Amino acid sequence: MIDSQIPVIQDKEHDKEKELEMLKGLKTVGEITAPNPRMTCRNVNVYYSGVQAIFGVSLDIAGNEVIAMIGPSGCGKSTFLRCLNRMNDTIEGCRVEGEITLDSENIYGSKIDVVPLRAQVGIVFQKPNPFPKSIYENVAYGPKIHGLTQNKAELDEIVERSLIKAGLWGEVKDRMDKPGTGLSGGQQQRLCIARTIAVSPEVILMDEPCSALDPIATAKIEDLIDELREQYSIVIVTHSMQQASRVSQRTAYFHLGYLVEVGPTPQIFTKPRHRLTEDYITGRFG
Amino acid sequence: MTPLTLLITLLVLSSAAFYLGRRRAFAVADPQKGIQSLHSRPSYYGLLTALWCGLPSLLLFGVWLTFENTIITNLVVADLPEQVRTLSPDRLSLVVNDIQNLVSGNIVSGEINPSMQAAADRYRNIQATSSAALAVVALSLAIVVALAVRRRIRPTLRARNQVELVIKIILVLCSTIAIFTTIGIVLSVLYEAIRFFQIIPITDFLFGLEWSPQMAIRADQVGSSGAFGAIPVFLGTALISAIAMVVAVPIGLMSAIYLSEYANKKFRAVAKPLMEILAGIPTVVYGFFAALTVAPFIRNTGGVFGLDVSSESALAAGLVMGIMIIPFVSSLSDDVINAVPQALRDGALGLGATHSETITQIVVPAALPGIVGGVLLAVSRAIGETMIVVMAAGLAANLTANPLQAVTTVTVQIVTLLVGDQEFDSPKTLAAFALGLLLFIVTLILNVIALYVVRKYREQYE
Repeated sequence: MIDSQIPVIQDKEHDKEKELEMLKGLKTVGEITAPNPRMTCRNVNVYYSGVQAIFGVSLDIAGNEVIAMIGPSGCGKSTFLRCLNRMNDTIEGCRVEGEITLDSENIYGSKIDVVPLRAQVGIVFQKPNPFPKSIYENVAYGPKIHGLTQNKAELDEIVERSLIKAGLWGEVKDRMDKPGTGLSGGQQQRLCIARTIAVSPEVILMDEPCSALDPIATAKIEDLIDELREQYSIVIVTHSMQQASRVSQRTAYFHLGYLVEVGPTPQIFTKPRHRLTEDYITGRFG
Repeated sequence: MTPLTLLITLLVLSSAAFYLGRRRAFAVADPQKGIQSLHSRPSYYGLLTALWCGLPSLLLFGVWLTFENTIITNLVVADLPEQVRTLSPDRLSLVVNDIQNLVSGNIVSGEINPSMQAAADRYRNIQATSSAALAVVALSLAIVVALAVRRRIRPTLRARNQVELVIKIILVLCSTIAIFTTIGIVLSVLYEAIRFFQIIPITDFLFGLEWSPQMAIRADQVGSSGAFGAIPVFLGTALISAIAMVVAVPIGLMSAIYLSEYANKKFRAVAKPLMEILAGIPTVVYGFFAALTVAPFIRNTGGVFGLDVSSESALAAGLVMGIMIIPFVSSLSDDVINAVPQALRDGALGLGATHSETITQIVVPAALPGIVGGVLLAVSRAIGETMIVVMAAGLAANLTANPLQAVTTVTVQIVTLLVGDQEFDSPKTLAAFALGLLLFIVTLILNVIALYVVRKYREQYE
C-alpha cells in the first residue's frame, strides 16, 4: 500500500518544510459539503503573526451531526476550531482569511458582533475551566449576561435543565451553592458543558474535551455528546482515534494546516483514501 | 596585625586549605576506580577542609574581639592608684573613658596626670600584645585544624554530609536573624511602653480624647500637665490613610486593569516601569511636594469657594500619600490579575461575555482576594508613612474628621516627641514608645490579615 517514493514522515523541522512544499495545492479528498449545513467554511487561511497555520480549508458542518477533527499535534485542528466562534480574536497577531458562515451569514462580516456569535457557537475547552463561583452561578452566568430569563424561577429552570442535559444534575443538586472548582475533573468538564448549553447554542465546539479526564469520566462525556447531537451540531477535536470513531458521524483529517481528507467516520477508519490519512490512523506517526 | 589583615589572611588560608583538601582527596582515591571510589566529590573534601580551617579561627576571632576591651580595661584599672580604684562606679567609668581617649588620641576631660598617662601606656601595650597574640593563636589554630582534617581525608569520609550540615546551620542562623531582630525591637518598645503605662494608666492612653504631651519637667516649671489620649492621634492617622486609599485604590486598580487587560505589550513594557518609578521617589521629596505645592494649591482653591482650609490640611498630606501608594496597589493588582488563568477569560468569552463583562464579573472577582491583600499591605504602608506627614500634616492633635483641617498622625507625634534633647524618664518621651507599640500592633494585624487573604486566594484554582 505504501508508496515508497514518499519519505516516512519524521518530526523534524527540515522535513516539515519539505512536506509543506509537497502538500502545496493539496485538494481535500472526500465530500466537504453537507446537506443543510449549519456552518460552511470556504477557503479559510489563518496566520499567526504572518506565519500561515491553516491552508485553504473548506468544510461544511451539518445540523445534528458530530464531526470529529483528528490529526497529529500542531496540524491546526484546534486553530480551525477556534475560528468557528472567533475565539482566535483574543490572540494577538492572529489573522483569518476566507469565509465562514453560520446559517448563511458570514461570521467575519462587518455586521456581525462576536458577542451574540459566541452565544450561538459555544465552546468547551481542553482543560475544565469552571469559574471560581458556585455551581449554580457557573451555569446561570451565560443566561444572565444574555438576558435570557425574566425572573429567578426561569433561571432556576434553565440551570436545572442544562445540568440534567449534561448528566450532572443528580450529582450536584444538593450542593448548588458550593464552588464549581470543588468538583472532580470529569464533573467540572460536564459543568462546563452545562454552562455552554445553558445559553442554547446551535453549534458546540469541543477542543479535546476528554484529554484531561480518566476513562470513566471520558465515557460519560462521550455518552453525553451522543445525546446532545439530537439538538446541536458538535465539532470535536480529539487526539484519540477511538473516541473519534465512537462519537462522530463524520471525521476530518488535518495535516500541517491542510484538510487532507473528510468523510463518514466508518469509511475514514476502515478505507481511508489518502495515504497520509492511512499512515495516521494505522499509527505510522502522530 | 590589624583585624582586617588577619581576616584577609584567614580567607587566603581557607582557600589554600580548599585546594589542599581537594588534592588530598584525589591522592587517596583508589587508583583504579578514580574519584568514583570517594564517598563525596573531591570539592566537598576541599570545602570541608576550608570550613574547618576558617570557622574555628573566625569564632575565636569574634569572641576575642568581644571580650578584649573588657579584659584590658579590668587589667588597667587593677593597676591604677588606690584612690582612683575606690571611686564610685560612675566616676570610675569617666576615668576609664579618659584613659581610652588618651590611647586613641582624642580630647581628654581635665588635665593629664602621670598616673593616667602611665595607665594609657599600659593599655596601649596590652592592646598590642593582645592583637599579636590573637593573630598567632588564630592563624596557628587555622593551620593545625586544616592539617588535621587533611590527614583524616580518606575515601570513606562522608565529607558532603558534613559540609551540608554546616551550610544548613549557617542558613538557619541567617533566617533567624530577622526573627530575633523583630523580637528584639518588640521587646525594647514593649519595655519602654510598660514604663509609660506605669505612669499613665493604659485606659487613659487608649480611650483619652485629648493629646497634649507637653508637661512640666521640674516641679516649679510652668507647663501643661500633659494629656495622653491616643484617640485624636490615631484618628488623624486613620483620616490621612483613608484619604490616601481613596486616591490610591481606584487609580491603582484601574491602571492595573488597563495594563493587564487592555494595553498592548509595547505600552505595558513602557508604562509599568514608569509607574514603578513612583515607588522609587524618596518620601522626603513627596514631602516637599505636599507641603510646598499641593497644600497651598488646596488652600487657594478652597479660598475661591469660600472654604476655610488650614495650610497644613489632612487633604494635602493624604492626596500626596495616595499618589505615593498608587504603584503598590497597581503593581500588586497587576500581578494577581495576570495570575488569573487565561482559561477563565476564554470560558467567559466563549459564553458570549463581552470584554468588560469578562473583566468585571470573572477576572476581577477571581483576583479580588489578591487585590484585597495588596490593598491591605498598602494601608499598612500608609499608616506607617512618616516623612510626608511630618512635612505636610500639622502638629495639632485635633479631634476632627474634616479633611480641610490640620490633624496630626502617630508617626509625626513619635518624631516630635523624640527629636532633640530628651530625658528618657518623663511620660512625654515614653509616650512615643507607647504610640509606636500600638502602631506596630495595628500594622501587624493588617499584615496578618493581608497574608491570610493572599494565602486563601492561592487555593482558589488548585
